[in-house]
Amino acid sequence: MITLVELENGQTAIIKEIGGGSGLKNRLEVMNIREGKKVKKTCTAPLRGPVVIEIDGCKMAIGRGMAKKVWVEEI
Amino acid sequence: MGNPNVGKSVVFSRLTGVNVIQSNYPGTTVGYTQGHLKIDQQEMDLIDVPGTYSLSPACKAEEVARDMFLDENPELIINVVDATNLERNLYLSLQILEQGLPTVMVLNMWDAAKRKGVHLNLEKLQEKLGIKVVPAVAVTGEGIKDLANVINEITLKPAEHISKIPEMDDNEKWAFIGQLLSEVQKIEHRHPSILERLEDASVRPVSGVIIALIVVFITMQVVIGLGELLINYILDPIYYQYYGPFITKVVENFIPTGFFHDILIGSGYEYETSFGLLTTGIYVIFAVVLPYILSFYLVLGFLEDFGYLPRLAVLLDSIMHKLGLHGYATIPIVLGFGCNVPAMLSTRILEGKREKFIAATLVAVSVPCMAQTAVIIGLLGPYGIQYILMVYGTLFILFITLGSILNLIMKGESPEIFFEIPPYRIPHMGTLLKKTWMRVRGFLMEALPFVFLGILAVNILYLVGVMSALSSLLAPIMSQMLGLPSQAIDALIMGFLRKDLATAMLAPLNLSPGQLVVACTVLAASFPCIATFIVLIKEIGIKDMLKTVALMLSIALITGTILNIILS
Repeated sequence: MITLVELENGQTAIIKEIGGGSGLKNRLEVMNIREGKKVKKTCTAPLRGPVVIEIDGCKMAIGRGMAKKVWVEEI
Repeated sequence: MGNPNVGKSVVFSRLTGVNVIQSNYPGTTVGYTQGHLKIDQQEMDLIDVPGTYSLSPACKAEEVARDMFLDENPELIINVVDATNLERNLYLSLQILEQGLPTVMVLNMWDAAKRKGVHLNLEKLQEKLGIKVVPAVAVTGEGIKDLANVINEITLKPAEHISKIPEMDDNEKWAFIGQLLSEVQKIEHRHPSILERLEDASVRPVSGVIIALIVVFITMQVVIGLGELLINYILDPIYYQYYGPFITKVVENFIPTGFFHDILIGSGYEYETSFGLLTTGIYVIFAVVLPYILSFYLVLGFLEDFGYLPRLAVLLDSIMHKLGLHGYATIPIVLGFGCNVPAMLSTRILEGKREKFIAATLVAVSVPCMAQTAVIIGLLGPYGIQYILMVYGTLFILFITLGSILNLIMKGESPEIFFEIPPYRIPHMGTLLKKTWMRVRGFLMEALPFVFLGILAVNILYLVGVMSALSSLLAPIMSQMLGLPSQAIDALIMGFLRKDLATAMLAPLNLSPGQLVVACTVLAASFPCIATFIVLIKEIGIKDMLKTVALMLSIALITGTILNIILS
């Protein structure tokens, strides 16, 4: 398993586990970032900026620290 | 109610006729607006609520939404959802339905969903949810009539529109949604459009920066070009050829000389600096500031509706973190270039007290509003663009330095960004023009009384001698630190009422370009204007506001002194 930060731009993966406390898990979950969802990493912003991901056609920007806690498996 | 950026405000203004600012990014609505609705003799109040992803809030705007929902005892809920992203939207819907209130669901952006290849079985969706579902395209008004009919039905028989879905925990909710969508929704795969390709390019490191530079360049060109066009070809001719002579004649017919004559038309319309209510007052508002306000809000509105701002926020996130903020603070800052008041309000989309304070202070110190920019262009433009750049360059340096310092001395760390990036959409002309008009009208309503009040105050203060007393008192500071004549103090004091008027007051002093640069910068960085002042108190509290103002005054003095040393 790798995290969203390590996932290459343009690659698609399945979310396997969301680390961190239940607060973070909840915040991600209401935005539909949940275990079992298919996620595509579209790009990364400059200067180690946030990661842009796409789930069900909806794009989201997610800070690096948060992205490090989302574990995925590439497909 | 509904998720952010699904078009709640558009539905609201379609239903009530009440105009609210609508844009294409999450967090446009941060407070609530109430409107009145009448269907078949039935009158009701409708409330436009900020978007939220759930009933457990993550920021101030979401808190407003939750509190409205739980405290206002609504008789019926209009749940607006984005038809292109049902899965996520339905989570909040289920939370709302659990409350056992009569509800209708609006499937907004129905056209975009069809274009994206989303097919929905509406009958089945209604049956499963146990409420009426109305497809709509709110920007064009499609489906609004059906919605009004359903609302009418609900008021007649509310009990039939309460969902019978049992309470579920989170996992059960998601499972329910997954099951539901597999039954009612089919998605065809479509190839990405040109707009979609451009979406990703706007955030990638290299192409993103290039696009941002192009956007900033075009924005400046259009704002200044259109502004000048309006002034040179429409407003100046009207003022000098028709309005000026006319108003002078009228006033002189009734009051040939004396105090009131001077207050009304000053030394005559031919002079920009006559300081009459009906001459300079009108001229500054309509022929100096208004054209730039109009052109700025047209361009800003376009960028907002197109969906560019959130991408700029992502692009700048890393830099903003160094200033104690995060990317989303880009939005209040960009709004601040129009007017600091909506900028202060929109700091609500930031999560913590710390970010709100830093963002509010940075905007107040180093982001001059369009009204002020217009006058600065008018004053310094004739001497060459390098002087205008000096003012803005100094403010930019202040922005970076102050942000870095606040980031170091204030405890805590700025949270990470986490938000939805809306797709690029071609702006709807009608909505864009309406929004621009609302903002321009807002400017006029606010500016006119204050500018008049300001001119009246200046004239009275001169008459009773307060101004000369203050001038001689503060003259040493003015001349030694800032290198300005003591009369410039009047302008700085006026800055508290209206920044544009204050800057215009520098015109008759015959200052050198260097002195003008100092005065403009000090004016921009020092006190917030009275409207901003009031919003600041409301948004960050009196204590923090005093801190901000103290910071502003000292920064303005120090910067002014340094600039004076460099330039003289």
